[in-house]
Amino acid sequence: MTGPVLRVTSLVKRFGGFTAVDGVGFELPPGHSLGIVGESGSGKTTTARILAGLETPTSGTVELDGRVLDARSRRDRRWQARRLQMIFQDPHGSFDPRLTIAQSIAEPLRLHAPGTDHRARVSELLEQVGLSARLGGALPRDLSGGQRQRAAIARALGITPRVLVLDEAVAALDVSIQAQILGLLADLRRDAGIAYVFVSHDLAVVRHVTETALVMRHGRVVESGPTEEILRAPAHPYTRLLLDSIPGPGWDLERVARDRRALDAADHAAAPVKRAAP
Amino acid sequence: MNPDKTDKTDTVLEIAGLSLAVRGTPLLADVTLRVARGETVGLVGESGSGKSLTVRSALGMLPRGARASGSVAVAGEQVLTASPRALREIRRTRASMVFQDPRAALNPVRRIGDYLTEGLRARGVPRRAAEARALDLLERVGIRDPRGALRRFPHEFSGGMLQRVVIAGALATEPALLLADEPTTALDVTTQAEVVALLRGLQREHGTGMVFVTHDLDLAAAICDRVYVMYAGRTVEEAPGAALFGAPGHPYTRALLEASPSVRGERAELRAIAGRPRALAEAPTGCAFRDRCPKAADACAADVPAAIAHGLSLVACLDPEGTGR
Repeated sequence: MTGPVLRVTSLVKRFGGFTAVDGVGFELPPGHSLGIVGESGSGKTTTARILAGLETPTSGTVELDGRVLDARSRRDRRWQARRLQMIFQDPHGSFDPRLTIAQSIAEPLRLHAPGTDHRARVSELLEQVGLSARLGGALPRDLSGGQRQRAAIARALGITPRVLVLDEAVAALDVSIQAQILGLLADLRRDAGIAYVFVSHDLAVVRHVTETALVMRHGRVVESGPTEEILRAPAHPYTRLLLDSIPGPGWDLERVARDRRALDAADHAAAPVKRAAP
Repeated sequence: MNPDKTDKTDTVLEIAGLSLAVRGTPLLADVTLRVARGETVGLVGESGSGKSLTVRSALGMLPRGARASGSVAVAGEQVLTASPRALREIRRTRASMVFQDPRAALNPVRRIGDYLTEGLRARGVPRRAAEARALDLLERVGIRDPRGALRRFPHEFSGGMLQRVVIAGALATEPALLLADEPTTALDVTTQAEVVALLRGLQREHGTGMVFVTHDLDLAAAICDRVYVMYAGRTVEEAPGAALFGAPGHPYTRALLEASPSVRGERAELRAIAGRPRALAEAPTGCAFRDRCPKAADACAADVPAAIAHGLSLVACLDPEGTGR
């Protein structure tokens, strides 16, 4: 058994006087899938951005493949990019509108392995994510949302990273397309052994792609453990509130309102709940 | 699509055989929808299904250059043939709309008080009376310090609080019909629960009929008396909210349910639907869903299936499914 591919310790990020991330820590074994759940302002996206080197933590460390990262070092960043890639909610913003999909997918290959012909690898990647060769020649604007997300995944996979950080990666997709992308992610993990950090506000989606999860609120982890256990027997009142807020049969809106008020009143008083790994 | 269940005078929205096309591109075909007083009706579907177009038609908000046929009536008033003046009257007094993004619905440089009183002032309500009414509305939608809120700007509110302000504005004229187009989609899930509770409470108080547009089947089933499922510009199923899950009749409804992840019950494998959602213009002949349908047969290509009764539902399919999820 090798060590974790990603180890995050006491991560803190302050923006001026505001603490966005407050002491977040976790370990991600190779090939494992971890969910980070929370609402807006919970610090989940800032955490993801720190993992990807897009933000520098105020304190705390991110250790990837046994190496503590220094986000200010260019060499570290490139070393990191080869091992950890990020997928965003709307891939539209992350594609150069003038490059074809195939050219965009080839970009990281050219950067990390310059001077070789990547055409075969690009076709292989398109195939892997279920895009036709014809779509490889298309521009980003010609693709649907689901196709663009597939292309973003293909581009991230090109340099065979060990960790994929997905920030609300399926949130903007229609249900039928979302199920396709979730299926693709499950296949990739099984076949390529990539580990996921899956950031989402949607507990139902997190349930389907992760084994363990962190629930974040106001920058802190309020509960962590195996995803199924968190859903079956939430220990923190905030996790319970999140679950009760999800519409379903017998949805008790008054109870949700009551619990939310109680939680707001007791804010910051509750201690984090941590479960032992199974 | 619905046999007469309610008294005509109780109908606050009646869309019958509505078809829409822009420059030869069909957008909606034969859409039928009915909302009774005090009733919550869900309209669900994926992108391009035409659900937003359908609710917007109730306010006469058609795409530029659109040609419409069929009829749309709000509280007995014809919308499609209405004069601009009559249309203004309908929008002002009979039907209001709440959109997905409250920040896009409000003028960022005008104060909340202006927004809430302008409709009333336009109707000739004196300024003081309009302000008193605005205060009362803000209080009712649960805004803390309503007097201070009147003088604040939209950017000073969170998304959930701002959506409450928009709801207050929509209810200012006590409309018979409230059209809510994904009103909670941009909100956090705990905030969504609060906004839904608010809408339901106000609706019950006033007997407002509500159309609730959403892509979230769980949400629709949880709060709606009846749900219409749309696909490629047509209504494919109409079912009581509770029955939608127990006995989905249309293969598309069933496929949507099987593709939706859930936090409840045993963790079930998600079953993706092949292909992508279609707009009406790119849909195949006959049943629009047949190229993605696991049960499609040759007969499905012939004609657009008529709606037939299936348990408590009406289903536009030649062979509705009987079993639950």
